[in-house]
Amino acid sequence: MDPASTLFEKVWAEHVVVPETAETPAVLYIDLHLVHEVTSPQAFSVLRDSGLPVRRPDLTLATLDHSTPTTPVRTFQDLLVAGESAARQVRQLEDNCGEFGIQLLGFGSGQRGIVHVIGPELGATQPGKTIVCGDSHTSTHGAFGALAFGIGTTEVGHVMATQCLLQRRPQTLAINVNGVLPGGVTAKDLVLAIIGRIGVDGGTGHVIEYRGPVIAALDMEQRMTVCNMSIEGGARAGMIAPDDTTFQFLAGRERVPRGSDWDAAVARWRSLRSGDDATFDRSVDIDASALTPMVTFGTNPGMVIGIDDPVPSGGDASFRKALDYMQVEAGKPMAGQPVDVVFIGSCTNGRISDIEQAARILDGRRVADGVRVLVVPGSEQVKAAAEARGLDKIVTAAGAEWREAGCSMCLGMNGDIARPGELSVSTSNRNFEGRQGIGARTVLASPATAAASAIAGCVADPRKLV
Amino acid sequence: MNPIRRIASRTVVLAVRDVDTDQIIPARYLTTTTREGLGQALFHDLRYDDNGNEVDAFPLNQARAAECKVLVAGKNFGCGSSREHAPWALLDYGFEAVISTEIADIFRSNALKNGLVPVIVDDATHAWLLDNPGADVVIDLESASLTLPDGSVVGFPIDAFARYCLLEGIDELGYLRKHLGRIEKFEESRVWKP
Repeated sequence: MDPASTLFEKVWAEHVVVPETAETPAVLYIDLHLVHEVTSPQAFSVLRDSGLPVRRPDLTLATLDHSTPTTPVRTFQDLLVAGESAARQVRQLEDNCGEFGIQLLGFGSGQRGIVHVIGPELGATQPGKTIVCGDSHTSTHGAFGALAFGIGTTEVGHVMATQCLLQRRPQTLAINVNGVLPGGVTAKDLVLAIIGRIGVDGGTGHVIEYRGPVIAALDMEQRMTVCNMSIEGGARAGMIAPDDTTFQFLAGRERVPRGSDWDAAVARWRSLRSGDDATFDRSVDIDASALTPMVTFGTNPGMVIGIDDPVPSGGDASFRKALDYMQVEAGKPMAGQPVDVVFIGSCTNGRISDIEQAARILDGRRVADGVRVLVVPGSEQVKAAAEARGLDKIVTAAGAEWREAGCSMCLGMNGDIARPGELSVSTSNRNFEGRQGIGARTVLASPATAAASAIAGCVADPRKLV
Repeated sequence: MNPIRRIASRTVVLAVRDVDTDQIIPARYLTTTTREGLGQALFHDLRYDDNGNEVDAFPLNQARAAECKVLVAGKNFGCGSSREHAPWALLDYGFEAVISTEIADIFRSNALKNGLVPVIVDDATHAWLLDNPGADVVIDLESASLTLPDGSVVGFPIDAFARYCLLEGIDELGYLRKHLGRIEKFEESRVWKP
């Protein structure tokens, strides 16, 4: 391969069915289409109305995550916990998958979960693939060196009908992370710091490649946390070159090749890295050594500071509006802010190592009086793995709730919400106004910081509890 | 989709940057299985107070906003989730174009596929539009230009293919399906298959 090509350019080039011209976008082939209940019903309707089949059901995988209750579901009545329309939406996906011949990892499958947790868990997510889903956090899968991005429902229909998308080639942005991540500082803190640096629109029009020694030293779940939040920096996709860490994570998983096919796959995957002469349209250097646990103070993920840093002052009308909404004061740190709710989960931080990170802090301690804590595993497999290690017992012994897998309070469309005015320390990805419930105030943080805040009853530095 | 050539309207101004898709349509309205009727939920938590009454100060609730087809918003409009419900809600409410200095990638793509025209303008034009809510503007897609009340004309960038599809009312799926022969050949020719 061309030593001047970036990782993104290599994956892009391998999937171009029809090259782009000044007048027309490229036809780009999609290797894996992930589907969930919220952004698919209208696409299925278009296919049905046009008499079209899903062209490659074998490259399509569906699950239920957004509108599902995090209380046990055995009957339709149990689904109604999330509301009648949510229950109907779940049923609609079950019906659509049956009609169009798509595999659905639904209730009782043991493999249901947040779409961005189950893809990697099953080994369906692989280096060099193009992966799309009607969900902006599809960027998560870029941690494996896949080109993965979120699409709208019209495009969901395009992929269902043709296995292709019409796309203009985006630009490339290298984010080089140098130094060493200090003890007690996590991948979540790193990606929050990156977004704080580039801004919530810093990656617009670009695909990010995360590079450098700090990225290479991250395990796969940490890499997923970083790539997951690429969209919060405006970039539809974020990628990391696959390496031995990637191959070790994938080895033996359900959907990866076996035997000599595995060896051939790994050999092919090793070529998926930016060449020594590759150039990026832009690059940003980050020094990880100076980082501390990060928390957001405003209403977008770019409004973020170190846990002991003062909330910045000044800013424009939008900035002041955000501070008003959050009821925080410029000049004071977030540490010490009283907390009402703690949410540990989501496609950003709902994997086994995230639950472990939180459990290490919760172990032998008690959640502060008046604080409601939800721990929601990202998938049924994560839940089972956590229970096998006794993490559920640690969580419940501390006074937190241990729930069924799903998106839950990340976006509050299944009934799990924070009430108006409540302050929620959340391991999810968006602190937008009302994201976790009307009037709810969200502080984004790592699982360790969230757990430490649950114990302290206020936003707290986890390094003091380890 | 109906062809779009020219949009003439007064503007409504939402002078806030980074308006995310959760503000455009909160997630609790996404349990629908159709795309109709979402205009009621547009900017719901900004438009209505806790008791369901209109918030007078919100620009859409002001008398001069009635019948406006053009929304002017702060930079980075439509950031966040990929929900196509966001442009569906704007269109259902009656908007036909959004003007800003920057529009988030996925939202822009979704908007173009539904006939909501994303118009990117320079800082000076944007500042004037933010300062002059209710200005009469004309968006001409043929020439990819925006005409201000004083007659001055500013161009805006728009992907040539997206513009062609909007002007002709072409459904992109139909265009994509014309390539099915090449897609099949591509699948056959790949050494590695997913």
